[in-house]
Amino acid sequence: MLTFEGKGIQAGVAIGKIKLWQKDAQTVKRRHIDDADAEMHRFSLAKEEAAKRLSALYDKALVEVGADGAAIFDIHRVMLDDGDYLDSVENIIRSEEVNAEYAVAATSENFVSMLLETGDEYMMARSADVKDISELLIKILTGADSSIVDDNELMIIAAEDLAPSETVQLDKSKVLAFVTEKGSANSHTAILARTMNIPAIIGVKIPDDCDNAPAIVDGASGKVYINPTDELREEMEKILAEEKSRRLLLEEMKGKDSLTLDGKKIKLYANIGNTKDLVLALQNDAEGIGLFRSEFIYLGRDSLPTEAEQFAVYKKVVQGMGDKKVIIRTLDIGADKQADYFNLCREENPAMGLRAIRLCLTRPDIFKTQLRALFRAAALGNLSVMYPMITSMAEVKRIKAIVKEIEEELTRDGIPYKTPEQGIMIETPAAVMISDKLAKEFSFFSIGTNDLAQYTLAIDRQNPCLDEFFEFHSEAVLRMIELVVKNAHKAGIWAGICGELAADTTITETLLKYGVDELSVSPSRILSVRKKIRETDIGNINLK
Amino acid sequence: MKEFTYNITDENGLHARPAGLLVKEAGKYNCSVTLKSGDKSADAKRIFAVMSLSVKCGDSVTVITEGADEDNAATSLKAFFEENL
Repeated sequence: MLTFEGKGIQAGVAIGKIKLWQKDAQTVKRRHIDDADAEMHRFSLAKEEAAKRLSALYDKALVEVGADGAAIFDIHRVMLDDGDYLDSVENIIRSEEVNAEYAVAATSENFVSMLLETGDEYMMARSADVKDISELLIKILTGADSSIVDDNELMIIAAEDLAPSETVQLDKSKVLAFVTEKGSANSHTAILARTMNIPAIIGVKIPDDCDNAPAIVDGASGKVYINPTDELREEMEKILAEEKSRRLLLEEMKGKDSLTLDGKKIKLYANIGNTKDLVLALQNDAEGIGLFRSEFIYLGRDSLPTEAEQFAVYKKVVQGMGDKKVIIRTLDIGADKQADYFNLCREENPAMGLRAIRLCLTRPDIFKTQLRALFRAAALGNLSVMYPMITSMAEVKRIKAIVKEIEEELTRDGIPYKTPEQGIMIETPAAVMISDKLAKEFSFFSIGTNDLAQYTLAIDRQNPCLDEFFEFHSEAVLRMIELVVKNAHKAGIWAGICGELAADTTITETLLKYGVDELSVSPSRILSVRKKIRETDIGNINLK
Repeated sequence: MKEFTYNITDENGLHARPAGLLVKEAGKYNCSVTLKSGDKSADAKRIFAVMSLSVKCGDSVTVITEGADEDNAATSLKAFFEENL
């Protein structure tokens, strides 16, 4: 068995034969021409033909991979019409008295080096587009048409790189995975793999003698195994089977309501940690975002994010979700998870330290910047704000005073905003005990069962020695959930769960019996929880 | 001559797709359309020139229209930026 490791850009497992993709080696010959006008005419005809082919490729891709994947051919059409590109071709034909193929190839080289010189990763990846349209033109000019291998066998396509015009001509139902030597997470192969939802790995060169060899591609680890052992094959087949059952579930549950047998509608939302997860949430049919962790905006950088930067992110998220609800949790950072520029002191016990709302209340500058960005984005969609780690009414008072301040500032400065629905995380025993009072101050509760269990049971979940004392369905925690939901409903607000318990389908019935209105889970768990909800008859549950 | 300045909020900046749309939009007008970002400028009707400005999220760009239909062009390009970028 041979193992190659690259960078996985789309997760998933594929088992099949490697097919080495050979690009037709185009050698362009420089030829002297006498009649530049005639050569320009030849070029114009080729350009027309290329535009026609790109339109056809666009239509084909639109059907196969949707508008997002097809858009590239539309961009290629615009590139083909670029004034600078055309001027350069014409200039070379006329001034050097050379054939159109050569002029196109030379132009292509110049444009590629110009894009590479920008030093910008995204723009550098676009040089593949220039090469692609140029190769298409040359192919038409020389009359050498592409010979797309169309085996009747499922295959793992391995190539140096694949141009969009090549990938679109592949029979998608025959491609199991892509392995390319070049390319980036922004390349078209990557985008295509994501749209087709098949594994893809970049940065791996498959040796020529491996053509047709049996192989396994594991997109999650970025590994390619050639001539895999039986053991590995069995293991991977198992993963593949799980993935398949998940897809079947998707087909079965997508678009369905999260409705119990006795007709209670449950809000089934997704927990996400960055804007990329938004796609996953939508793919898995989330009805909204129940917990958007805003920490990623603050981490991995040297200074605080500005209001404008935050607004841009929140705007993208609310607009990306259409009119669906997006609940954004304000900064939940502490000594255990922080960026250096926060300058937090080291703490003996960060879980009980200066974190989340405590940090925001002691550093109102940070809190106000985030709130301003959130309130501004709230004017653009269905956004709610959620405050973490609440333990007292005094904190509530301080939050409300700061909210009032930023509302006055925004009004005074004539900046458009909307006061969003605001709720809190219930994740401390203190919040549970005063949840009757808290419920009168907010529009919703979201119970964070991970922290609530840790604080209630006084068990550090990071400490494996304590595992034998930790009960997933601790009665103490379940009773707290019951109490919180009761107090929420008394005040006329809804209560949901965004911790691990929300995705645990062995406890769903109990939670629904308590009257939980919302479950927020990681995107991949949405559909199995929906299935469970649809099988539950709340009226017929007898709790032990 | 008409001009306006816009602050890019799309997190990908002026990448290929919006650049393609912009070029198409600018191409609808007879007037010249120039895009300025920092000390660089580009003809907004030429996609490679637009892309090579490497406009990022948070950058501000100035759009200058000049010609008979400059008013129309400025109005609809402004709407285009607000909607797409």
